[in-house]
Amino acid sequence: MAVTVAAAALLPFALGGHQTHVMIQILMAAYLGYCWNVLGGFAGQLSFGHALFMAVGAYSSTLLLLGAGVSPWIGMIAGGFLAAALGVFIGYLSFRYGIRGTYFGLVTLAFAEIARNVALNWNAIGGAMGLYIPIQSNDVWNLKFVDKAGYYHVVLGFLLLALGVTAWLERSRIGHCLLAIRENEDAARALGVDVMRGKLLATAISAFMTALGGTLYAHYVTFIDPHTLLNMNMAIEIMIYAIVGGIGTLWGPLLGAAVLVPLAEVMRASLGKSYAGIHLVVYGAVLMAIVMFAPDGLVGLLRRFGARARGAGMPALSPSARS
Amino acid sequence: MSLLTVRGLSKSFGGLRAVSDVSFDVEGGSVVGLIGPNGAGKTTTFALISGFQRPTAGVVTFKGELVTGLSPDAICHRGLTRTFQIMQAFPKLTLLHNVMIGAYARHRTVTAARRRALEVLERFGMVERREQLARNLTLADLKRLEIAKALATDPALILLDEVVAGLTPTEIEDMVRLIRSIRAEGVTILMIEHVMQAVMALSEVIVVLDHGEKIFEGSPAEATRDPRVVEAYLGEGAAHA
Repeated sequence: MAVTVAAAALLPFALGGHQTHVMIQILMAAYLGYCWNVLGGFAGQLSFGHALFMAVGAYSSTLLLLGAGVSPWIGMIAGGFLAAALGVFIGYLSFRYGIRGTYFGLVTLAFAEIARNVALNWNAIGGAMGLYIPIQSNDVWNLKFVDKAGYYHVVLGFLLLALGVTAWLERSRIGHCLLAIRENEDAARALGVDVMRGKLLATAISAFMTALGGTLYAHYVTFIDPHTLLNMNMAIEIMIYAIVGGIGTLWGPLLGAAVLVPLAEVMRASLGKSYAGIHLVVYGAVLMAIVMFAPDGLVGLLRRFGARARGAGMPALSPSARS
Repeated sequence: MSLLTVRGLSKSFGGLRAVSDVSFDVEGGSVVGLIGPNGAGKTTTFALISGFQRPTAGVVTFKGELVTGLSPDAICHRGLTRTFQIMQAFPKLTLLHNVMIGAYARHRTVTAARRRALEVLERFGMVERREQLARNLTLADLKRLEIAKALATDPALILLDEVVAGLTPTEIEDMVRLIRSIRAEGVTILMIEHVMQAVMALSEVIVVLDHGEKIFEGSPAEATRDPRVVEAYLGEGAAHA
């Protein structure tokens, strides 16, 4: 583990600028996948509106930086709490009235759409023009780096934190209760699990983490606007890594991002000129294939092959690995 | 003071009165059987007692406290839990994990919950299969898991909804033995059951529902002689059985 992390940390020194850019995208995608996974994978509440939390984080820290010179490290915490509060509000409204599954997804999507329209017309926060973050020199305290390696290391750090949170969830009472809620709400309730509290907690953690990702995103691309942040593609990209990699698993989001991001990059490079947005078509196809043939994602698929190999051709009757 | 008292319990769904003015007591340490034809309101009664549904009228007290209107998880923490007629396992979790969810009701740490869950699994003869996923279990094992999860919450009263129905004769014997051993530990049992052989052997008191109303409360022997019970549910043959 330590060796892998060290190797990952040294990677940008061996790579070119564009390759580092792709690596940052992978790490970023994986990080957001882990954020979404807390609510979607563990608690089983499919949010289509995580772009909203990301935007809250991006706008909060950027506005605090531009308006009051507040360090984004502090700004992202403020954005995190704001996103968590917003998540709890949306969650309470939905869960109070028994809205779950796809319907919960639609509610979150509706809130993201409302936010997009508000942001587009609210000139004080940049409106449709968006906001620029000027970068002249390396400044860690203000999350500004002139070369990509700096961003790479920051995002890698956050990814490790998200992995840590996921590993903790897998081993903790809270995480176990969230899985129980995902698997069967009524059974969980009968066994003393406070389902409402569990879902709201998952929403708050997930929204908080996603907002931090929003700040990182803003400082990497140095420009945010409602069109790119609060659109459907962003919402789908956040959830697709976890779903393709394996919902509610420790390695799923990272695996999903490591497969999908380079795939999209290759598609863009080879076909992007004649077919803009072709990677989304591929994402759609991959998503359909996963849902139909490997509902447990790539992690589930690997486990199945692993079990088959160990059982010398015998089908696995009782996978020993936890889901 | 009875462990559980049910007074004037009623539930209407639109114009349909699923449960109508039902009252009965469950004494601590006893086994009470709740029987009646399909649609008599037995499972609805369970849902009302365990907090899954709110009664239209009537009250339920448990350990002398009013529990009507409390959520199922709050009721579980007070020591009353239920199993489901249609087994509600956590399919993609291991057996150990399934039972641990119940144990968390009493144990805050993972280590303590794990220890309690292993004890329960050991007792149910499932400890070797603890890493198996619940979705791979047979019907009989799912029913046992259903009880194991509930028992891990250390309940004072457990509501068993048809845990015997659908089992083979050998499995029925095992289940009856299991329920007896649970009761021997001091856990009070209220059970819905269609398999008369089991319910008659286990229960001290039988409550019979028909069309949402209580038509009988008494010993199993009296139940088989009661003309209304025989007519509504048991059928003519039972009186001679």
